[in-house]
Parts: sequence; structure tokens; C-alpha cells
Amino acid sequence: MHSLDHLGPKKIFGFLDGQIFITETVVNAWIVSIVLIILALILTRKMEKVPKGPQIIAELIVGTVYNMVKNTMGPKAEKYAPYIGTIFFFLLGCNMLGLFGLRPVTSDINATLSVALITFGIIQVSSFRSRGALGYAKHFADPMPFMVPIKVLEEVVFPISLCLRLFGNILAGAIIMCLIMTALESASLSLGSSVPFLQIFIPLVPNLFFDVFEPVLHAYIFCTLTMVFTKNAMAHDH
Amino acid sequence: MFGSISSEAFVLGMSALAASCIGLAALGVGLGQGFAVGKAVEGISRQPEAHGSILTTMLVGQAISETSVIFALVIAIVLTFANPLVGML
Repeated sequence: MHSLDHLGPKKIFGFLDGQIFITETVVNAWIVSIVLIILALILTRKMEKVPKGPQIIAELIVGTVYNMVKNTMGPKAEKYAPYIGTIFFFLLGCNMLGLFGLRPVTSDINATLSVALITFGIIQVSSFRSRGALGYAKHFADPMPFMVPIKVLEEVVFPISLCLRLFGNILAGAIIMCLIMTALESASLSLGSSVPFLQIFIPLVPNLFFDVFEPVLHAYIFCTLTMVFTKNAMAHDH
Repeated sequence: MFGSISSEAFVLGMSALAASCIGLAALGVGLGQGFAVGKAVEGISRQPEAHGSILTTMLVGQAISETSVIFALVIAIVLTFANPLVGML
């Protein structure tokens, strides 16, 4: 984002005297979604039985996601693979927007909380469906009945910690990148140049960490935690 | 002694002090992550062929144990950039 004037999301369009508004976050998320849709359309155009050209890449990506889900959640949980793949690539794109000078979508807590709430819903629904209504009510009192509040708290805190982890990491990365950019700009100004020439190559290393490594790691962790908790919610060996 | 300090400045200064206490959280998380890396290196030296899965598990575990310092960071960011206490004066 390279500017700390708006730590919260910037409002871009407003309707009804600014009562209803569209923020920068939403617009950037649209950009990410459109890019992902276009990529998917390009990669799956003219599909054939024997893969050729872009279809090989598409099959590689889809196969990797399906393998990851099967290895973590067991062979019967293959139906979750589309969701896991979607949130992985969406969060990856959202986290890496800092590379293109845009504000990362996930540095807004509303975006991460909404993704975390979808995950929470999926976990609760799959737990309900695999345990049944009675089993679902019973698993809150699993080892001892007096532990019900702790179990309920555990379930509720999970999406909050999921969303805060992603939000904190990406926002911290964006703030540090902004501080580095500002420092380099003022350093090159004090060297007597009106062009911030120090910003050319020096930010590459922190960019590599904050805009490439951390986004991949945190998108992966989000998906892994979703998979592990869904698997635990479906396990009924008690 | 405190007569010349306005109450707003006092609240802002105390908020900055509280935000800087994120260092305590970072201390604990740093220790924990260091232990995790040490154990992972031990595991890899004992079983070099399991290098990939040990690395993945270590990174995921470290990111999870990082959660507490991230909570502290969020609180520090809120205290620094969107201080709710000044509005309460």
C-alpha cells in the first residue's frame, strides 16, 4: 500500500450519502477474483483427453490440491478439495497484492474474518452431518459434562484466531514495507536527488519475504488448519 | 511534576508504552520458535530422508505458535494507529 494515511480500508464509492460504500478492499478482491477466473478460463480452454499445453498446468495444479487434501483428510474427504483449492489461490492472490503496489486484501480484518467464518460454517456443518444431531450435541460434553463451556469457547475462538493470524501477519508486512519505502525515499531526497532512486533494488529482499514467502506460507497454513479441523470435526471414534 | 502534561499526552504516552510491551510476547515466541527449529534440525540429522515433511510441519507449527505474538501485534497496532482510549477522555 506504501502509505500509512489510511490504515483502515479506504472508501472509494459511496451511495446514499456515504451510508453504503465500497472500499478499496472490495475492489482489490474483485481484481483478484477476475484475474483468477481469467487464468482458469485460459488454462482450461480446448480441453482434450490427452493433455496438451496449458491443460497440463491446470491438471498439475488440480492434482496437487486433490493429493494434498487426500493425504491430510483421508480418501473420503475429496469433496472438500475444490473449497481448499479456491481459498488457497484466492488468499495467495490477496496476500501478494503488495507486489503490485496495491493494498493487500487480507490486511483488512473484514476480508480475513469473512473467509474464516466460511471455514467455521463448513466445520460446523460437516461435524453436524457426520455425527448427527445427538452426536453433535454430545461431542461438546465429550470427556466430562462440566467442560461444555470450554469446548464451546474452543469452537468459537478458532475462526477468530484464524482470521487474526492472517490479518496480523499481512498487515505487519504491509506496514514494514511502507516504512522501508518511506525511509528510502527520504534517504534519497537527503542525498540531493528529486527522484527516489534508492527504491529501485533495495526493497527486493524484504519484498521477497513479505510479499512472496509470507503469503504462500500463510495461505498454506490457512488451508492446512481448515483441513485438520474439518477432519477432526468429522472423526467420530468416541 | 505532572502538572504541565496534558491528560491527552499522558494517555498517548502510556499507550505507546503499552504497545511497546509487545516485546515481551515476542521474547516468548522467539524462544519457542528457536526450540522448534532446534528439534527439527535434530530430526533432520537423524533422518535426512524425512527432510521435506519435517520442514513443512515445523513451518506450520511455528506459524501456529506465532499466534500469541500476532495478537499482541494487533493490540499494539490498535493502540498506535487507532487509539480508542483518547476518545474516552
